[in-house]
Amino acid sequence: MRRVSRIAVAGVATAALAVTVSACGSSSSESAGQGKNLGLALAYDVGGKGDQSFNDAATAGLEKADKEFGYKSTAVEPQDGESDADKVQRLETLAKQGYNPVIGVGFAYAPAVKEVAAKYPKTTFGIVDDDTIKAKNVADLVFHEEQASYLAGVAAAKATKSNVVGFIGGVDVPLIHKFEAGFKQGVQDTKKGVTVKSQYLTETAAEGGFSSPDKGENAANGQIDAGADIIYAAAGLSGQGVIKAASTHKIWAIGVDSDQYKQAALAKYKDAIFTSAMKDVAGAVYNLAKSVKDGKPETGEVRASLATGGVSLSDSNPAFKNNAEVQAAVKKAEEAIKNGTIKVKTS
Amino acid sequence: MKKFDKERVLLAVAGPVIALVAAIVLTSVVLIASGKSPIEPYVLMLQQAGYSDVQVLIINQASMYYLAALAVAIGFRMNLFNIGVDGQYRLAAVITAVVGAHLALPSFLQIPVLLLVGMLTGALWSGIAGVLKVTRGVSEVVATIMLNSIATALIGYLTLSDVWGVQVGNNMTTGTMHKSGWFPGIDLGADVGEIYGLVFLAVAMGIVYWIVLNRTRFGFDLRATGESETAAAASGVDAKKMVLTAMLISGAVAGLSGLPLLLGDSHTYSLSFPTGLGFTGITIALLGRNNPVGIAFAALLIAFLDKASPALDYATPVAYEKEIATIMQGLIVFAVVISYEAVRQWGLRRQQKRVGAELAAAAAALNNSEKKEVAAR
Repeated sequence: MRRVSRIAVAGVATAALAVTVSACGSSSSESAGQGKNLGLALAYDVGGKGDQSFNDAATAGLEKADKEFGYKSTAVEPQDGESDADKVQRLETLAKQGYNPVIGVGFAYAPAVKEVAAKYPKTTFGIVDDDTIKAKNVADLVFHEEQASYLAGVAAAKATKSNVVGFIGGVDVPLIHKFEAGFKQGVQDTKKGVTVKSQYLTETAAEGGFSSPDKGENAANGQIDAGADIIYAAAGLSGQGVIKAASTHKIWAIGVDSDQYKQAALAKYKDAIFTSAMKDVAGAVYNLAKSVKDGKPETGEVRASLATGGVSLSDSNPAFKNNAEVQAAVKKAEEAIKNGTIKVKTS
Repeated sequence: MKKFDKERVLLAVAGPVIALVAAIVLTSVVLIASGKSPIEPYVLMLQQAGYSDVQVLIINQASMYYLAALAVAIGFRMNLFNIGVDGQYRLAAVITAVVGAHLALPSFLQIPVLLLVGMLTGALWSGIAGVLKVTRGVSEVVATIMLNSIATALIGYLTLSDVWGVQVGNNMTTGTMHKSGWFPGIDLGADVGEIYGLVFLAVAMGIVYWIVLNRTRFGFDLRATGESETAAAASGVDAKKMVLTAMLISGAVAGLSGLPLLLGDSHTYSLSFPTGLGFTGITIALLGRNNPVGIAFAALLIAFLDKASPALDYATPVAYEKEIATIMQGLIVFAVVISYEAVRQWGLRRQQKRVGAELAAAAAALNNSEKKEVAAR
């Protein structure tokens, strides 16, 4: 009995100590400096810089803004296994240091942006790939990925000879389902009887679905064995493996997010890249920074579509650009989406 | 109470201290090699530990690490390597979140039910590995690693929108839990944050762990079986039953480790729920030598490295890479394993020397006065 009560006392004392310890000291954001606008700040999601895709596109927007406005912007990477509280702290630190706008790259930042935006009403916040946050000082930077994917589907259906086309998604999540849905619809509307083989590399981003070229290459080889002669990869860095496999087997690949035909890392395989379904994250980031600079910050949902030019199909590969039949079909579909006669599904 | 044994304390503390010092020295070497100050990053990180909001983050994170590490430690004490804590806590968090979203009881019932659901789910998942081990002799290492992958796939299925998933924007969640299942925390103001209420559960679990292992028959059987299965069997312990029970308890504790966050802050399981807690738990259990107090210090240390390192990115005038902390964590694991073995051997040699000296002294005493009886030591 005596022992138990001693343990209880020790437990209570430890707990009390924990509370008092954390009650002392000022908060880190209180003591951070405040001054003029330092520029824009990007907070990356897991994957971070160097993914040759989504995050790097955001960085490109940041660099453009730096060059034009003389900003000294910053970009911060997350840690593995962090929670919303860490994201809140990251955004808060950036806002407090005087960055404006502060942009969360990736939908995982949504709860954090919501919380921090309420605390810093004078700072503009951006959130990429999320449209759930409605606040005066928040711009939801979202994209009609399915529209560009539809056009990719049209191009694939026109280009296939085996009547089998492939789709490889990085991670099995709603965002990537949009790419698949648009692509499938584009194929089916263009040519009846074409099979679309769909595959996702992993269930969660933590398993590396967006960052494993080897996984992409294996999946692509499997689809090629099954007869696919054109494969659309929406898989971030893993897409490089898909493009490599396509190049080895002399079939077509369709790139994603940026114009992959022009990327230095893929120069060796560029002849296999038929086209790319582009998503202009760089433009969205730059435009938000510019709107803040001009004193009229963007707010609410800013959705890029074929009509705004925020999503599009690249035509830097001559084999694609000079193929009159494909071009005609793509142009026709593009007009139909823009004027609303074709509604592209998102799932 | 036991007598204060200087020798034992020295040996117990030497391992972690040597490991830490070695890790810091090696990290400094890395810093110097890349042409950076080998001291400033530590100063910056220690400075962070003085801020109250960082302290809250550290305590909250440490509570989750602590529970995960306890789960691993229970297995270790039994000579079982439960690598499956990761899958166990994620699956438990999903099921708890789903139950919390669909069941609405008053708080005083809802919260115990949720905790129980988490524990049962974790126990169920680790129990599969336990049953395989006792019936078919399957190594729990292999079984739990595979169960981690199966858990990932199962979670993918359970969070489909036509099962229990609720899509919010581009994120997939399990829907928001009913408010009666939210565990109140200690709110320290908007600038500082909130300490999860379940931090106290972590502390309580540490105390229970110590009492059960050191003060009960069951704990004795568990440790005995871990030390030597055959010796334990000879003294009447059913080894198979112990393996299964240890696995179940380990899984139950693992099932709790995601709940401080789930019940205290996120209130839903989503794509952005933290992963990898179970693997960090292994590091922490190793570093803390399966001792409840040691694990607490180790959990706080690792949480400190996690939460103080982001500041390195914003440092002025020179920014440091926050991956310094990752390097340090990796080096700590290495150093821990090596230094524990070294200290163990050093301890053995010391013991042998002492025993040798005592025997020699006893022999001399025997020669000197043959009539005196020698007390056996």
